[in-house]
Amino acid sequence: MLELFLHLFLLLALSPLLPGVIGKTKALFAGRTGPPFLQAYYDLWKLFGKGLVISRTTTWVFRAGPVLALAVPVLAALMVPFGAISAPLSFTGDLIFFVYLFGLGRFFTAAAALDTGSSFEGMGAAREVTFACLAEPTVFFSFIVLARLSGSLSLATMFGPALNAAWQSAGPSLILVVACLFVVVLVENCRIPFDDPNTHLELTMIHEVMVLDHSGPDFGMILYGAAMKLFVLGALVVRLVFPGATGNLLLDTLLFAGGMLLLAVVIGVVESTMARLRLLRVPQLLVGTMLLSFFSLILLLR
Amino acid sequence: MDNYNPANLLLLLVILFNFFLLGSSRLNACIRSVAIQGGILSLLPLFLHGFSGHSLILAGGAFLLKGLAIPFLLLRAIRQVHIRREMEPLLGYVPTLLLGTLATAGAFIFSDRLPLIEIHRGSLFIPVGLATLATGFLMLITRRKAITQALGYLIFENGVFIFGMLLAEAMPLMVEAGVLLDLLVAVFVMGIVMHQINREFSTMNTDQLSSLRE
Amino acid sequence: MIAALLLLPCLGGLAAFCLPSDRFRPLLLPVCGLGHLVLTFLVIQGGQGTPLSLAGNWIAVDPLSRLILLIVSLLFCGCSFYAVGYLRYRIAWGNRIFVSCLLIFLAAMSLAAVARHLGLLWVAVEATTVASAPLIYYNRNRFSIEATWKYLILCSVGIALAMLGILFVAYAALAGGAQVSLQFDDILRGAASYSTPWLRAGFVFLLVGFGTKAGFAPLHTWKPDAYGEAPGVVGALLAGGLTSLAFLALLRTLQIMEAAGDGAVAREAFLAMGLVSLGFAAVFVIRQPDFKRLLAYSSVEHMGILAIGVAIGGVATFGAMLHLMNNALTKGVLFLSAGNIHRRFASKRVGEVQGAITLVPVSASLFLLGFLAITGSPPFAPFISEFTILRGIFNGGHYLTGGLFLFFLAVIFIGMGSTVLSVVFGTPTERKGDPDYRETMVTTGTPLVLLLIILFLGIYLPEPARKLFAEAADLLEVRP
Repeated sequence: MLELFLHLFLLLALSPLLPGVIGKTKALFAGRTGPPFLQAYYDLWKLFGKGLVISRTTTWVFRAGPVLALAVPVLAALMVPFGAISAPLSFTGDLIFFVYLFGLGRFFTAAAALDTGSSFEGMGAAREVTFACLAEPTVFFSFIVLARLSGSLSLATMFGPALNAAWQSAGPSLILVVACLFVVVLVENCRIPFDDPNTHLELTMIHEVMVLDHSGPDFGMILYGAAMKLFVLGALVVRLVFPGATGNLLLDTLLFAGGMLLLAVVIGVVESTMARLRLLRVPQLLVGTMLLSFFSLILLLR
Repeated sequence: MDNYNPANLLLLLVILFNFFLLGSSRLNACIRSVAIQGGILSLLPLFLHGFSGHSLILAGGAFLLKGLAIPFLLLRAIRQVHIRREMEPLLGYVPTLLLGTLATAGAFIFSDRLPLIEIHRGSLFIPVGLATLATGFLMLITRRKAITQALGYLIFENGVFIFGMLLAEAMPLMVEAGVLLDLLVAVFVMGIVMHQINREFSTMNTDQLSSLRE
Repeated sequence: MIAALLLLPCLGGLAAFCLPSDRFRPLLLPVCGLGHLVLTFLVIQGGQGTPLSLAGNWIAVDPLSRLILLIVSLLFCGCSFYAVGYLRYRIAWGNRIFVSCLLIFLAAMSLAAVARHLGLLWVAVEATTVASAPLIYYNRNRFSIEATWKYLILCSVGIALAMLGILFVAYAALAGGAQVSLQFDDILRGAASYSTPWLRAGFVFLLVGFGTKAGFAPLHTWKPDAYGEAPGVVGALLAGGLTSLAFLALLRTLQIMEAAGDGAVAREAFLAMGLVSLGFAAVFVIRQPDFKRLLAYSSVEHMGILAIGVAIGGVATFGAMLHLMNNALTKGVLFLSAGNIHRRFASKRVGEVQGAITLVPVSASLFLLGFLAITGSPPFAPFISEFTILRGIFNGGHYLTGGLFLFFLAVIFIGMGSTVLSVVFGTPTERKGDPDYRETMVTTGTPLVLLLIILFLGIYLPEPARKLFAEAADLLEVRP
């Protein structure tokens, strides 16, 4: 019970902080002051107070997209251990459920984008779905590595206490898995070098253009959902990098929160130091990441 | 398997560089990667055979030649011809990467079945050596520019070097020195020929070199 | 003595590089060539020769190396005299790189012939590749650049594979519990206890690696381009000297396999490669429009004959040893005279070169006689060697091999003949070529001398020469 509340609290309260930290890091690199840390909270407050504008060409799918974008990360978060806090919901094979939950969310976001009938959204939807397609094998190979190391198909056990021993016995494999999952985090959350979250040119957008037509509370739900998705996926990486457990719940929570903020800083650094890849190179990089995760599996199997 | 053995970590880095080389089109980055790969390999004798005089000289010589002199020659060769990027290779980057990964996986599986002596079983040397050989070979046959073919040859030689390190007693210093010098002179001559290719054809695409046929 | 043999061309090469005069530099070639020949004779007659010790017996002379040294030295001496005339004709092109690389090439070949350490052999063979690449490029047009690049890459990769083979042989020693050493005598002593799978793997790689250098099919693809585009002198040295040397490396491999008790497998591999090379040569020689590329396929053919001879064993091995010498010298005749014809007509293609006998009579007749010699017509020496090999084949009961051998040789005779005859005879074509080109003593002297040697050897084999070949053949025979 306590884990459930802790999970929900961390997720709902902490996730909008991540975009703020990323923004501040980028501003630091650029020599600006940048938006305040709590900017996302202010944006959400503002958006939920606004009215809704819906296009006449859309159907219920358009309304469903943001709802699912909000609901999916919450459900997914319940299956992922946050640091040393174990997951409230777990069953054998929940890693497949996890991946396809996000697939469901992505499907409805893309469908909502196509529902508007605008060509920009369609273009963005096509790109987004392609990238996600190519990133999926990476996630699966990484999960297979972890499943083999922990001997179980449940996320809670894979990322659980077995991780310490796994680092001792299969360090190089895990280093590669961390790198691959980090790339997946960047892809799924539309960060540089795969997508520029700050661009205002529709032709260069991938994710932003899909949600261009949403307004008010719908857009607020999308923003919140995006932040929570970043939180959940980032939690996987953070847990891999900091596999230990202190035993004290408060300390574990603080450590986990600190780890997430550190991850946000790292993402900010990556965004500031790299440029967005040419569109043709993104599939190549994703295939390369997939092959890297495949290679880490091979390393494990010898 | 002692994973954090520095030799094993360095060998894994070598494989990562192999993947990078197969997938990259930026010639400068490729040459520097081969240089770093050569530098990493030159450090390996120290880990394998300790800090004896033989391995120090070998490591130093290999580092100077593979890590500094040969890349310098190649960079000079492409600087004069102003090439920045490779054209799409004969197979395409993604299929080449796939083939390279399959070859690496095959190397790991195959080397477990080889009749190795006890101390070498389970070590990463043989599979990484085989994988590097495969990478070098792939680069040689799928790339179009003369410079990347020369790089493929260097990667191939790196793979042979990895094997050679297992047999340090058999390879006395003079021979190693001879091998490295030979490599240096070969690359020197290749650089000159590349320059001439560019002068003659205004490009370094070797598919222009196809007028001699039956 | 051996040291002098190796140092002389090195110093000559260095001197050639430093000498500023284009006119006098070519004279270094016959000087070094003659000196090398004299030293070679002394080394051959000096019994075992003085082994140089650089950490064990690294350099020594055994019967095989004596034979190869003699071949290389004779050919180089002849070619060096020719080169003086050639370079005088080409004085406008400059010859610093050419002369120095030629001499370094000789040094590397000599080193490879006397190496008793596999690593040293490797270094020397790679050095010959690197030294000969600038020689192929002498004509500096787009065809020779293409030929040089293919040669450099293919041969370097081949040699790298050979290195892998050498390492596998060493690993075979490690896995078999024997002393790990790449010194040749150590290997021969300990080969019986080497681990068989590693040794066989090493043999395969060595065969492919040195086979690329020798020009066995299907690894021969660089040969037509390189021999076709290189100047005649360079072609002669490559076809006569370098292939013999690469074959020596292969023979050393065979010796190792024999010592390990696995000789049968090795011989079968040699036989297969020999037959494939003969087949390829036969196919490509028919209707070959370029007479220098034709010579390249002839070279592939003769490497095939050598491989078959060595594979059959017995008297065929003696024939193969004899054939090494004959092939080298006859190739010298062919390439040098073809070079003269090329120069007179300024073209290599059969459509444009006809009636050479009227315009360059001596070279054309030498070319014709050389063709007759290389395809095995009596009274020239290759007839004797090929007949000996054939005798060995049929004595051993390998009727299918013998039949294929004869068939391919016949096809090659017909194919080569049509090209050679149309080049030599007929009315001279409209194309003028270079009418100022005159045959001089220097440019026709060498092929003539070489042809006379071949003729002499075909009629009478002097006892010292016979002993040389017999000792070399004995080295390769199975020790019970």
